[in-house]
Amino acid sequence: MKNVIEQLINGLSTGSIYALIALGYTMVYGIARMINFAHGDIIMVGAYALYVGVSLMNLPIAAAILLSIIVCAVLGITVEKVAYKPLRKAPPLAVLITAIGVSFLLQNLALLIFKATPIPFQSVIQVPSVSIGGITISGVTIVTLVMTLISMVILTLFINQTRAGSAMRAVSEDKGAAELMGINVNRTISQTFAIGSVLAAIAGILYICQYQSLRPTLGALPGIKAFVAAVLGGIGNVPGAMLGGIVLGLIESIAKAYISTELSDAIVFGVLVVVLLVRPSGLLGKLKNEKV
Amino acid sequence: MALLEVKNLGIAFGGLKAVDNFNIAIEKGELYGLIGPNGAGKTTVFNLLTGVYQPDTGTMELDGTDLVGKAPADICRCGIARTFQNIRLFKKLSVRDNVKVALHNDVEYSLLASIFRLPSYFSREKAMNEKSREILEVFGLEKYENAYAANLPYGKQRELEIARALATEPKLLLLDEPAAGMNPNETAELMETIKLIRDKFDITILLIEHDMKLVAGICERLTVLNFGTELASGETSAVLNDPKVITAYLGE
Amino acid sequence: MKVDKKIIVRVLAIVLSYALITFLLRMGLLNRQYTALLIPIGVNIMLAVSLNLVTGFLGELSLGHAGFMSIGAYAGALFSLHVEMPALPSILLAMVIGGVTAAVFGFLIGVPVLRLRGDYLAIVTLAFGEIIKSVLNALSFTNGARGLSKIPLNANYEHYTIVFIAVVITVLVIANVVDSRHGRAVCSVRDNYIAAESVGIHVSRFKILAFVIGAFFAGVAGAIYAHNVGIIKPTTFDYNQSIEILVIVVLGGMGSIKGSIIAAIILTALPEVLRGADDMRMLLYSIALIAMILINQSGFKEKLLERFHSGKKQKAGE
Repeated sequence: MKNVIEQLINGLSTGSIYALIALGYTMVYGIARMINFAHGDIIMVGAYALYVGVSLMNLPIAAAILLSIIVCAVLGITVEKVAYKPLRKAPPLAVLITAIGVSFLLQNLALLIFKATPIPFQSVIQVPSVSIGGITISGVTIVTLVMTLISMVILTLFINQTRAGSAMRAVSEDKGAAELMGINVNRTISQTFAIGSVLAAIAGILYICQYQSLRPTLGALPGIKAFVAAVLGGIGNVPGAMLGGIVLGLIESIAKAYISTELSDAIVFGVLVVVLLVRPSGLLGKLKNEKV
Repeated sequence: MALLEVKNLGIAFGGLKAVDNFNIAIEKGELYGLIGPNGAGKTTVFNLLTGVYQPDTGTMELDGTDLVGKAPADICRCGIARTFQNIRLFKKLSVRDNVKVALHNDVEYSLLASIFRLPSYFSREKAMNEKSREILEVFGLEKYENAYAANLPYGKQRELEIARALATEPKLLLLDEPAAGMNPNETAELMETIKLIRDKFDITILLIEHDMKLVAGICERLTVLNFGTELASGETSAVLNDPKVITAYLGE
Repeated sequence: MKVDKKIIVRVLAIVLSYALITFLLRMGLLNRQYTALLIPIGVNIMLAVSLNLVTGFLGELSLGHAGFMSIGAYAGALFSLHVEMPALPSILLAMVIGGVTAAVFGFLIGVPVLRLRGDYLAIVTLAFGEIIKSVLNALSFTNGARGLSKIPLNANYEHYTIVFIAVVITVLVIANVVDSRHGRAVCSVRDNYIAAESVGIHVSRFKILAFVIGAFFAGVAGAIYAHNVGIIKPTTFDYNQSIEILVIVVLGGMGSIKGSIIAAIILTALPEVLRGADDMRMLLYSIALIAMILINQSGFKEKLLERFHSGKKQKAGE
């Protein structure tokens, strides 16, 4: 029983990282109707930026975190401006291929700069672990859960309470109508990419504090899994991404512990396939049909 | 019995009844018009008839064959072909190939014949080329045969869509606003073409149109839709002079 | 019957390229590095042309092409490792087994996912690629993460004739299918699936057809790969491999078989020509990929052409 609860807490912690990343996918999809394949690699950039800040520039931890967040936000906006914006009217296939190109570009730039050998990284989170009734929860896990919760509350408030947030909702509902109502669509899309990237940076920081090793491809797998989480929750749906991330984290953790470590990835992707076939709109999503 | 018999057809989207209790009976060889204000549900009727949407209620029969529950491709094989309000051509295929795609089920040869270039491939391809040329000639499109469909002028694209639909040898042809975006000259020309293809190909035509001149000029009977239900139907001149119809179009 | 000009050109191209390869090899004009490129070039042509059928002609992005390749490679290699036979029949059977196994998987995957389109379909193919990889990693008869080794080298450069024939068959079959009623149906699904349905094309049938043919030849290519290198591991056929094939297809031109062939030759030979720039290779690929799409799809080319034409007109008016 103790073991089960520990696994569930592990799952919750991985799941909340997936949820943070999935939010970026889902928001961008809701607004720009594209899968930002490079989103996973923003996590990697966030992780390396933290490493550069802490280990190479010897910045205080808070400053290094801020640096990582700013780098990611700027990168997110730049990628959108350079690679996606010119393709607003292009067929989806073209946008998808470009996004894959950007993802590949970021990975290979990191490979060129930091080389392929994994760089060990000491966690910047120094919170002692907590024991409750014989169950130990590590400090990193606690911080991850708390940070995710805070990020989600702030994001929900932002989307529902601010002008920029309501502009986002309007653009995702109907781009043309939003433009007619005087909303600057391009700025709104930029903001969405920035927010998604900030969340990715936070996810990246939490991720390497858990795994304590840096590789140029570290963002790829969590990125794809977070996408699965976004689809599971219903792509384009913000609460759905949070729920999807947590559910996926739990599934993965239980699969690893009780079925097979090697097959856990296969199970996670199997979930995606099943969801898309049985309920393509996801847990909380609405399905939109193409107008004939 | 009528060629197309539709009774009590209905569909709702999220509680909103887009089409409700829709009835129509079209006789063989007729040129029938479906008119109504924007958003009245005309295109939805076409989508129901062609299997793009499945109806919530009602029956549809073409020549005695039940159409409900059939996939779009099967409905085409039953003998209904259509054009689209927003043109849907195979843009990266040539004009000829657009028509040849529609001949797919008519002139057959096996996959092995195409892989190994068996004699049947050559003979059937030749037959397809001749047939497509014949259809294109009706619209004077044969000189564009090798051009990409996307590069045709707008009016010609609309005509190519009709040509493509005709290539499936339908019993019933559905035209969704064939004159949309055309100038008066082009519209007049189109009216002649529509009449011509009805006689030449011996088919029945149901068309949606906003251009009242075109409707009055060629349609023998009309049904007027408003808010998804039938407002009036009958002989064209009678329907167009019906005060209810005039109110629906011009407002109170 | 009059002989088609196209057929003459094809026959000439086949005969000349075979003669050229034979000449270069027999005369010893290729050093070891270049000789070692021959089979990979053939494998990449097969992969690119078969992916082009799915991506260029059907218009669906498949990110799991390396998965089909791995199925072919494992199936073919397991056959050669367990059945003793002379080299020639052995490699032929291994290729057929690799292709058929991959095609069966293509069918099994194609049937459920054919309902999806675009982004979702791409992601599901990626997911299947990853699932195949992790299953190969977990199975014992594929020897898990260590993979298979000591596969007989029945498809290395000494057997280039067999590989050459396999490449020719792949290209001809796909080119012939594309230029037929089946191929037109596939293209019509790409251009407008709603219109395709409306003229009686069963969209899912042709999606599956394209997927299965694509998977078959990827499987054959995988079997050749395995019998050229001698060692295969699950990680050999990862997502990056799928992307590399995609790069070849995009750079060669989606929907252009000739383009895929030329791009496969250049992109396979390039790293060897630009020795030492290997770190830069993938970086250059990704930049080329982005640049290619931006130039072709953002209206940039149209603007450039317009400016060019208006410039010419002005000159003519002077």
